[in-house]
Amino acid sequence: MGKQNKKELQIAALENGTVIDHIPSEQLFKVVSLLGIENLKTPVTIGYNLDSKKMGKKGILKIAGKFFEQDEINRIALIAPSVKLNIIRDYEVVEKKYARLPDTLLGIAKCNNPKCITNNEPVRTRFTVTDRENVTLKCEYCELKTKKEDIELL
Amino acid sequence: MKKGSFVSVADLSKEDILRLIRKTAEFEENPNRTVLEGKICATLFFEPSTRTRLSFETAVNRLGGRVIGFSDAATTSSSKGETLKDTVKMVGNYADLIIMRHYLEGAARYASEIADVPVINAGDGANQHPSQTMLDLYSIHKTQGTLEDLTVTMVGDLKYGRTIHSLIVGMSHFRPSFRFIAPDELRLPETYRQFMDNHGLRYEEFTEFSEDVINESDILYMTRVQRERFTDLMEYEKVKNVYTLHSDMLTGSRDNLRILHPLPRVNEIMYDVDDSPKAYYFEQAKNGVYARQAIICDALKL
Ligand SMILES: [Zn+2]
Repeated sequence: MGKQNKKELQIAALENGTVIDHIPSEQLFKVVSLLGIENLKTPVTIGYNLDSKKMGKKGILKIAGKFFEQDEINRIALIAPSVKLNIIRDYEVVEKKYARLPDTLLGIAKCNNPKCITNNEPVRTRFTVTDRENVTLKCEYCELKTKKEDIELL
Repeated sequence: MKKGSFVSVADLSKEDILRLIRKTAEFEENPNRTVLEGKICATLFFEPSTRTRLSFETAVNRLGGRVIGFSDAATTSSSKGETLKDTVKMVGNYADLIIMRHYLEGAARYASEIADVPVINAGDGANQHPSQTMLDLYSIHKTQGTLEDLTVTMVGDLKYGRTIHSLIVGMSHFRPSFRFIAPDELRLPETYRQFMDNHGLRYEEFTEFSEDVINESDILYMTRVQRERFTDLMEYEKVKNVYTLHSDMLTGSRDNLRILHPLPRVNEIMYDVDDSPKAYYFEQAKNGVYARQAIICDALKL
């Protein structure tokens, strides 16, 4: 077995489920929580700080017996835009899915305005994506716009 | 959002604005009508604003409705820790309409989502004050006969002035040409310049308050330059008298020019301007009651 093949085997093969690849390492645990993975009962393998040519360090999630709806995947588009999902059935990749930033983000990001109602009452945050290319969000409550680099997650 | 709520100028279409202007004109002609007979309007002022509250309460009274409410959060249950949600839910059970002012931004949108009755935003922090914008738009329409293709010059605090920001959004449907005059520290924020770029609106920015700009304007919208807005007080001392309008600056202006100001003023319009037929700020304030009558009736689908 070549060195490259051994490297790929850092994580055990999956029979049925989803492999989420190209997660920025620093966002890995955020992705876990946004997808509600800690509530799953099926086996989950978490790869953290793995070498990646493209990203330097990356994270991988292998989730047995779980297939995500596009809506669920889109929740992570904000923090892991280049993420790739391999849908595995019977050890084969049968489909690839990508995260797409939704038009509205519910309860994911925090509003940066300390005087915003969402930071002062138990209100679920709601943002409209006003600029898809550069990722700008507008709070639907206080109407403040937040640029990508200033977005803070809940 | 509860249908009929009036939360933000950004929610208003061109047709909404023109409909509200038509209704406002009807109330100006005949302000006393009893269309609210048997109805109760709640004015919930979590932050005191006597001017706005009296204007709304006058509007309700002229329409024959009754008013309940409070004028200062210190006297209400919110000072005992009750959430806005609970207060709005409770009042929504008593009243047919909620008119709310709150110190937090987005409070009106949130209230409109939880109340079972329409909510009118009477100001939410630094965000929106849409009834002020409607009376501004009405005043412009009334004095110019149209809202289309006007040159609107805005002077003073363009950074924090929410009436400025909302007026830009409200006018954006009518192909305006804007002139902005402000010191660097109080320049119009980037987000509004971007908004105008996205909507293809023409605008120019100046730091000097010159007659050249006044002479090509249809509307001159003055605002207060407040000391507390400056991080550098030297800077304030330098500019505090620069953005002041004197009557001799109006000699070359257009006949149809009208001067607006959201009031109260400090020193940005000299008293000698008051006698000019181009001074419109007192009439503008009077239009506030008619505009609010129109907003209330519109919210209640009357
Ligand atoms: Zn906000």
